[in-house]
Amino acid sequence: MFDSLSGRLNAVFGKLRSRGKLHPKQVDAALDDIRTALLEADAALEVVDDFLGRVRARALSDEVMRSLTPAQQVVKIVRDELTVTMGGEHRPFTLPGANPVVIMMAGLQGSGKTTHAAKLALHLKEKGRQPLLVAADLQRPAAVEQLMTLGREIGVPVSSEGKDPVRVAKNAIKQATREGRNVVIVDTAGRLHVDPEMMKEARRIRDAARPHLVLMACDAMTGQDAATQARAFMREIDTTGFVLTKLDGDARGGAALSITQVTGRPIYFAGTGERAQDLEPFHPDRMASRILGMGDVLTLIEKAEKELDQERAAEAAEKMARSQFTLEDFLVQMREVKKLGPLQDLLAMLPGVPGAKQQLNDLEVDERQMARTEAIITSMTPEERRNPAIIGGSRRLRIARGSGVTTHEVNAVLKEFAQARKMMKSMMGMAGMAGRAARGLRLPKPPR
Amino acid sequence: MVATIVVVAVVTSRGDKRRAPPGQRGPAFAARDSLGARVRAIFGGGQAGPETWTALEEALVRADVGPRAAADLVTRVRASFRPPADPAAVLAAEVAKTFADDPSWRAPAGSPGIVMVVGVNGSGKTTTIGKLASLLAREGRRVSLAASDTFRAAAGEQLETWASRTGAHLVGQERGADPGAVAYDAVQAAQARGSDVLIVDTAGRLHTREPLMQELAKVRRVLEKASGRPPDEVLLVLDATTGQNGIAQARAFTEAVGVTGIVLAKMDGTARGGIALAVREEFGVPVKLVGTGEGTDDLEPFDAERFARSLVGR
Repeated sequence: MFDSLSGRLNAVFGKLRSRGKLHPKQVDAALDDIRTALLEADAALEVVDDFLGRVRARALSDEVMRSLTPAQQVVKIVRDELTVTMGGEHRPFTLPGANPVVIMMAGLQGSGKTTHAAKLALHLKEKGRQPLLVAADLQRPAAVEQLMTLGREIGVPVSSEGKDPVRVAKNAIKQATREGRNVVIVDTAGRLHVDPEMMKEARRIRDAARPHLVLMACDAMTGQDAATQARAFMREIDTTGFVLTKLDGDARGGAALSITQVTGRPIYFAGTGERAQDLEPFHPDRMASRILGMGDVLTLIEKAEKELDQERAAEAAEKMARSQFTLEDFLVQMREVKKLGPLQDLLAMLPGVPGAKQQLNDLEVDERQMARTEAIITSMTPEERRNPAIIGGSRRLRIARGSGVTTHEVNAVLKEFAQARKMMKSMMGMAGMAGRAARGLRLPKPPR
Repeated sequence: MVATIVVVAVVTSRGDKRRAPPGQRGPAFAARDSLGARVRAIFGGGQAGPETWTALEEALVRADVGPRAAADLVTRVRASFRPPADPAAVLAAEVAKTFADDPSWRAPAGSPGIVMVVGVNGSGKTTTIGKLASLLAREGRRVSLAASDTFRAAAGEQLETWASRTGAHLVGQERGADPGAVAYDAVQAAQARGSDVLIVDTAGRLHTREPLMQELAKVRRVLEKASGRPPDEVLLVLDATTGQNGIAQARAFTEAVGVTGIVLAKMDGTARGGIALAVREEFGVPVKLVGTGEGTDDLEPFDAERFARSLVGR
């Protein structure tokens, strides 16, 4: 989308050079394209028009009007404004000095409250807190059991004593004080913002529990309705901030723009998977790129930094730069990359790839293929791994037998490796410019 | 090598943590036209100026029809528009036409008829199943439920509650069990008990999780093998508040398990479920049922004309 958006903007601004100065009409034509792009990303219409007003004012400034690359300038302004609207700098989630700190989770049915109450509890537990989960969703069948099970799995106690949610919340806070738990996370029933009874109940829970933080769970796949929902919850229970859930799918997530613009409250966390540890800090700048379809390289890097062996990675980079990357290193790195999660997910984070969704499907990323490649490399002698040039016909045959594949497949791996080495060299040459490096990337065919 | 690309991208992109500089806020756009003007434009009838069409297009966008589809639709209607017709009514009729020849919901025949229910996390599968079981029971059918969501904590218990509410018979196993095995057992049990309909619950999964989609395809194959024919219905539950991502969801689930119908859940809020229009147009999958609440009776057959009117805002 980013590619096509900036492509379209280039076309709009195409005549610029002949005239030397940009016409406001061209800016408006560009803004129309951006409007469509934002609406396609599910940003709410009311939010988009207001947002574009700010972009327009900046785009009409001299800096853009005289720029040689107005399309890029405008995209940059859009990206900057998106980032600012969604909170600017990443806002770390800090707890107030109270004891216990009370956090209330709220949101619509199916937005991910219960799952994220547990994720948040685990997150805080890992930071050295003693959380207590509170199952105050007495509406949905088995919601209490769900939280109990999740609590058991992450080793956090769950409290649910009382016949109505208000009592349950009050009892839990007493229990926390008694048992020395310093954070209380209250899970509440899912409710529609237009259900007056349920919204009143939410306010009653709020008034009784007096939470320091009220977090609304918002599904990243939500469409135009996100703005309406966020505004209604804000009015009733004064939302402190958001958790943007299910961000591990392929939704562009325009809802993030809608909810932050109408409430002025930040998004603290992003839910990125089904496991309890799949909770990540929210980064407005990355979200801006995602909404515009520019990929999410930064998240990928952070993930890599968290889970990859840093020394090994640095060593690999070093070797890549000097063209000394061997099959041995390749094997090590491949195993490291596996730790990051499904390849499909990683690919989706690379810029350009989400736009080429179909291409990605054609590629048929096959985890089993990785296992086969691993088998082929491990069937080589250390000498062969260091210097694949020595692998002649009989060695090929031995490797193929050792790994249970055909010599054809061994050839394919060797060929891919040679190509990859070339690619690494040229990419390292571009010295760290992630966006450019990764965007210029072409996906070679996987070995068959 | 995909792995290589990822490795290379990760390693080479280190250090590029650009931060966008804070922007300056300019004055906001003057609202294009006031809400009052829009409403008047829509309800004016007879008069169809450019504002009328813009307002109608915006109504469609707000209903999650999608900006391009909304523009196409309005352009099409506008081209054939003849006053003094009411523009909104003409547009609604055009929308309803999309669904005109669709089969409406009918309980599957067979012994038992099999309904498989799929969707992303939190779309409302289990609740829909509970309400569907209730609907079928009210029609005098004997219903079995298969708890093939063996992943989410307490999903089985949730379904169990619905089973006892509706008098349906439940087949389940412990959490973490193979969903295909549960489905297989359920077909056998439903046959043995002489149930009329078997509804199979499945775990919510994001359509981008390839291994989980393959697991779902396996559940379908198991159902087919156990009963000797394909499932009568594969219902995709779409949350009505879903935006344009609904298209990607419908595509992936249709490819994996051959969706035969959409259940548009949570239509009792302010979202209008316009994504169902795009899904119908793109994949030919009809909307069969509409969820309007958490009560046992809150599931209705899809009414295309009502849906169309609500999309254009009346």
